[in-house]
Amino acid sequence: MKNTPTLSLHIPEPEARPGDEASFDRSALPPAGSVPRPPTDVCATTIRDLSFSLIRVLDEDFKAVGPWNPRLSPDVMRSALRYMMMTRAYDERMYRAQRQGKTSFYMKSTGEEATNIAYAFALHRDDMCFPAYRQQGLLLARGYPMLTMMNQVYSNAHDPGKGRNLPVMYSSREHSFFTISGNLGTQFPQAVGWAMASAYKGDTRIAASWIGEGTTAEGDFHQAMNFAAVYRAPVILNVVNNQWAISSFQGIAGGEASTFASRAIGYGFPGLRVDGNDFLAVYAVAEWAAERARNNHGPTLVELYTYRGEGHSTSDDPSRYRPSDEWKAWPLGDPIERLKRHLIGLDEWSDEKHAALGQEMADLVRDTQKEAEAVGTLQGGEQPSPGTMFEDVFEETPWHIRRQRQQMGV
Amino acid sequence: MATMNMIQALNSALDVMLTRDANVLVFGEDVGYFGGVFRVTEGLQKKHGLTRCFDTPIGEAGIVAVAIGMGAYGLRPVVEIQFADYIYPAYDQIVSEAARIRYRSAGEFYVPLTIRTPYGGGIFGGQTHSQSPEALFTHVAGIKTVVPSSPYDAKGLLISAIEDNDPVIFLEPKRIYNGPFNGRHDQPVIPWSKHPASEVPEGHYKIPLGKASVVREGAQVTVLAYGTMVHVALEGVAEAGVDGEVIDLRSLVPVDIDTIVASVEKTGRCVIVHEATRTSGYGAELSALVQENCFFHLEAPIERVAGWDTPYPHAHEWAYFPGPSRVAEALRRTVEV
Repeated sequence: MKNTPTLSLHIPEPEARPGDEASFDRSALPPAGSVPRPPTDVCATTIRDLSFSLIRVLDEDFKAVGPWNPRLSPDVMRSALRYMMMTRAYDERMYRAQRQGKTSFYMKSTGEEATNIAYAFALHRDDMCFPAYRQQGLLLARGYPMLTMMNQVYSNAHDPGKGRNLPVMYSSREHSFFTISGNLGTQFPQAVGWAMASAYKGDTRIAASWIGEGTTAEGDFHQAMNFAAVYRAPVILNVVNNQWAISSFQGIAGGEASTFASRAIGYGFPGLRVDGNDFLAVYAVAEWAAERARNNHGPTLVELYTYRGEGHSTSDDPSRYRPSDEWKAWPLGDPIERLKRHLIGLDEWSDEKHAALGQEMADLVRDTQKEAEAVGTLQGGEQPSPGTMFEDVFEETPWHIRRQRQQMGV
Repeated sequence: MATMNMIQALNSALDVMLTRDANVLVFGEDVGYFGGVFRVTEGLQKKHGLTRCFDTPIGEAGIVAVAIGMGAYGLRPVVEIQFADYIYPAYDQIVSEAARIRYRSAGEFYVPLTIRTPYGGGIFGGQTHSQSPEALFTHVAGIKTVVPSSPYDAKGLLISAIEDNDPVIFLEPKRIYNGPFNGRHDQPVIPWSKHPASEVPEGHYKIPLGKASVVREGAQVTVLAYGTMVHVALEGVAEAGVDGEVIDLRSLVPVDIDTIVASVEKTGRCVIVHEATRTSGYGAELSALVQENCFFHLEAPIERVAGWDTPYPHAHEWAYFPGPSRVAEALRRTVEV
């Protein structure tokens, strides 16, 4: 018999649990500006190291450095700051509305605002987005009315979704924002199909999709990766690695042995890893991937390295599974604070202006909320008529659904 | 008019639609250069080009998901799932996505998707190449389920499915691809060319979804069937020597309730025939519909003839398959009440 040890089963565990000191020692962070920026038509096999590095633009002094600096104008950066602050204020208000019983459920994107708002700036307005449930900033930054978003959250009579969906499951064809599913990852291969259709038609539009790192464990992630690679689809596949899938740390999704960006290597297309709390870095990577897709060089996988600042949803209590101060220990800070300090460093912004903008956003959200609540909330007021429940199952309502509607008397 | 078997009729439907509508794409495993394992897409790539009819990775979930994305873009994809037994990896995309996108987006997005898939037994396919999963789809709000039983119907129904703006599961009874198999497995199958329904127009025509067809008029008992079982039911009627009215449903959702009710009100008796397992099969829904709509006209209990509630066996194919003798037995019992 060979002298081998008995087998042991490995169950990944995070570095810190409640009561422990928050720690991200495992996160090796290369200095900002240190990662090279290859040309967008680069052969994917030559840039595999980028999947294990981290593209950063803003350094410790909030200066934009290195080859990935997108050199955005101060106006664009101020606009980005505005939408990130708008999203945070909106999230704060809707979270409280849920706590007050005005709706059933809510999900904040606190800390992750840059991971999708940067795309609203880097993509064309008609590039098609297939979001998950934490990309509300993208919709706001594309100019979707906040009032309509609140009507959706409240399932009131003005909800364009006719009160059918869980709060935050927005949809807007006009804003090239695909109807959000509650089933994880289903939109990833759908985005690939949309991109294939665009390529088939000789269009110029590309597609982008978002999932969390936890969802990379779903089969649909791999279907998307394979189909995107096989047909060289013009699509950007984003994995928001916010460290936590409800209570499971990213190691449970497979983040311990390798990075999520490196999943692209086996499929043969670029996998870029980017500081998701650095608006300028996310913008630069989105711009790079979009240019690559638009020039028929195919898909890019982007791992947006960030941290979920709040609970998974209003139904979650993160203090039960992670240190309560963990977000403070996040080595890559807060995307709003970092862009603010960058603009101040350029002499294009000030603490006073920032405070005023914060107030303006709080007022905007409060006033909009009053308007939405004047229509109704899940608790009361004007709600969609029950008859609408029977609409849109099919283009034309068949006899059996018509009969059921008659039975209900609506 | 041309004489076609069901494979040729389906091929003709795809050819017509690829020719008429640049938004129609055909793809699936082995469907491109090779033309599909059952030859339904033969010659389409050569005629219409690589990007109109192409091979996919072996990933049913991916095939359907990609087609959903294409549908959202505005294309009209027609995908093939090589065997209905392989459709389960795509079930989430079909049920949670294709079927729900119109509803959850309140009509902003919809999926004009057709999923073709050969189904059913009688070919010695064992448990992984013989299943009849129609009830898994008829149970889901937001998808239509269609089953042809002849070349003429296959082409007209497939064109309707492709032109429909909602997702359609198009189940092809593979046992009758080449001829109207009536369940007499010990006898040679008559080819479609000897059957009037093999006369198929070469151009575009449609058979509406939701319209059944009375394939044999009769006064004594109504037989509800679809797919291969239409031919088995006709043979069962002959064996029993009863005056059965055989209705080919053609479309399971939406189902043609008017034709069913008119027939059962006339005959007062009803036998339901399908290959799929009996428990929670589509026959249970048909039985309930007949009971709810025709109770006071019924002279006898409704009977179901179905596959046994076991996986589909290989060696005991013909003991499992609900052949004409089992249909005839049920018919005799029903008319004797």
